[in-house]
Amino acid sequence: MSSETTAVEESPAEKAAFLAQLHEFVGLEIGEPTPGPDEVNAPMIRHLVETVDDRNPIYTDPALAARSVHGGIVAPPTMLQAWVMVGIDGPKREGDGPYERMNALLFSKGFTSVVGTNSDQTYHRYLRPGDRLTMRTVIDSISDEKTTGLGTGHFVTTRQDYYDATDELVGSMMFRIFRFRPKARAAAPKPKPPRPRPATTHDTQWWFDALKEGRVCAQRCGSCNTLRFPTGPMCPSCHSLDWIAVDMPHSGTVHSYIVTHYPQVPSFDYPLPVLLVDLDPDPKGRPDDRAVRLVVNTVDNSMVGVEVGARVRIVIEKCDDDLSLPFAVVEGANSKGAGQ
Amino acid sequence: MSVKRTGNDLGGRAAIVGIGATEFSKDSGRSEMSLACEAVAAAIADAGLQPSDVDGMVTYSTDNNPDVEIARHVGIGSLRHFSRVHYGGGAACGTIVMAAMAVATGVADAVVCYRAFNERSGRRFGAGVQDLPMAATAERAQFSWTTPSGQLTPASWVAMVARRYMHLYGATSEDFGRVAVAGRKHAATNPKAWFYEQPITLEDHQNSRWIVDPLHLMDCCQESDGGQALVVTSIERARDLPNKPAVIVAGAQGAGAEQWTMTSFYRDDIAQLPEMKVVADELWKSSGLTPADIQTAILYDHFTPYVLMQLEEFGFCARGEAKDFIRGGGLELGGRLPANTHGGQLGEAYIHGMNGIAEGVRQVRGTSVNQVGNVENVLVTAGTGVPTSGLILGVDR
Repeated sequence: MSSETTAVEESPAEKAAFLAQLHEFVGLEIGEPTPGPDEVNAPMIRHLVETVDDRNPIYTDPALAARSVHGGIVAPPTMLQAWVMVGIDGPKREGDGPYERMNALLFSKGFTSVVGTNSDQTYHRYLRPGDRLTMRTVIDSISDEKTTGLGTGHFVTTRQDYYDATDELVGSMMFRIFRFRPKARAAAPKPKPPRPRPATTHDTQWWFDALKEGRVCAQRCGSCNTLRFPTGPMCPSCHSLDWIAVDMPHSGTVHSYIVTHYPQVPSFDYPLPVLLVDLDPDPKGRPDDRAVRLVVNTVDNSMVGVEVGARVRIVIEKCDDDLSLPFAVVEGANSKGAGQ
Repeated sequence: MSVKRTGNDLGGRAAIVGIGATEFSKDSGRSEMSLACEAVAAAIADAGLQPSDVDGMVTYSTDNNPDVEIARHVGIGSLRHFSRVHYGGGAACGTIVMAAMAVATGVADAVVCYRAFNERSGRRFGAGVQDLPMAATAERAQFSWTTPSGQLTPASWVAMVARRYMHLYGATSEDFGRVAVAGRKHAATNPKAWFYEQPITLEDHQNSRWIVDPLHLMDCCQESDGGQALVVTSIERARDLPNKPAVIVAGAQGAGAEQWTMTSFYRDDIAQLPEMKVVADELWKSSGLTPADIQTAILYDHFTPYVLMQLEEFGFCARGEAKDFIRGGGLELGGRLPANTHGGQLGEAYIHGMNGIAEGVRQVRGTSVNQVGNVENVLVTAGTGVPTSGLILGVDR
């Protein structure tokens, strides 16, 4: 992150002044004319066309080329730049010429990163073995401040002109780069912490365990059959401590609901709907069974169709290895990833 | 043993004779113990008593300031009664009930009730249970039915009830907003209030951001730092002290059937406050008074919807009609029931209901900044959605 540069918002006037400074470099020649180390020659041509698998005989077959419009071997035009490349151990450009000073100016505004964007070549004639080229480079243009997916900066276009031994212009290459201020990278998102654990006791843990098996349960008294929920150790009707778990239908009706906006806890996405749902009655239960009421979220936090009285089905989703919870899906509302 | 059905005998035996508070702020910059000591000392001085006259202390189970330590710092000597009342803000009037019972029975002569906290600069109650350890106790386990779904805060618990109430009775967010507008109107003229000179309009309320839909920010009380203390003694002794006594005409605690702490979601009808109905029935029965005898009320206002529901539990209006009762400035000074004349916890400060009791005392004394005319009886309530309590304070006659 040390390469990041803080962007300071500048006024339009400041930006215009900066651009005017930059434009002073346009048209300036960069460095001394660069002579090609070798003349255009048949072996290098042959190496290249073999590498790129170009079988055109005008590059390699003297007899055939002689009968062509060229009257002899020519170099592939795209080799233009190759003839003046200085080689791995060639001299490096240094000093404080126009290009270096332009870069220093760009760096002063935080445009420290660079990426090549495109290159165009123009050819005026075919090159032949024996041509010896010299390249001159000028700063062709500098764009206004632009913002791309990479960041904000300026496109800088240089033009390389290639001359033969008679100073005839044989070709040119436009080479465009983008000098930019890197966008501040967002801090790597922290992994979302798991949902709050339910604090459980011996009287409640079994209910959460049953969810892991795909069951939404209520408690029925083992003595008088009274249904109760949330879970507890004793039947309020007959005081029996015996009970059985009964599986409740995975469907119900919204009794009430809220949408939580604040405070935001990292375990959840917001806005966070929370529904109070009356489950449908236990089909094997008694007519006087009370509603079993659950506090649930909706699948994908969907608010579609959520209102008091809305019909929902309940799906159980595994939140993490230790916690599965019931979630509501409003009937008739299309919610992606509804499961089941 | 026969069950007594006519209300308790507490009324008329004790009075609040001293009130004392710190500044109310968002960042006290000092310890909760410092706040507690200042409030307690101020209340004792206001009562015209010496610290050595105090022999009882009552606070909330959630208060962090041990009574004996305050007693050491303030120079209170030995204590004959000390008790704590549970359930957060539901304890407020309950502390006065404990004190009144103690002095009525001779268990103590003068009892200081207090609450002091750095609730804004320290642990904020609005954060709910998200940052509390989930120990395997029944008290924590009761939240396990809501916390895994992200329903973690008081606002979220109240909102669930409020939505159902809106659904059943057609109350709107604007109806809730009228409670906030009244509170802020009263706070605007109370120099001690955090929102002094900052009234709001119903439009402000509607434009305030969502906390938990259907609750806007301005449906939620403040979070505050501060301390409040009150001194209770017998009616006989009260008559010899400098202040006009605020007689404890009636006092009661209440927990409803199928009671939970803030999440009583499993009652057949969740759009009621049956715990407050227990308090209301007890206050009316034991005092022989009716809503028509109340000139002004302090209705616990941590969240606006519960103010409407309290009006219904106390019988100021029929079920579901509170929205009509409060229209047209019904809760404002000059309205049919001026309420929370100090600005309430929405406007003055959130001192867990204790500052509301002090305002009730001032209304009886005739010293409120928003004094209601001809006050004989003031209703004061404590935290809603939890096991709670209430008082009727009145003039001595």
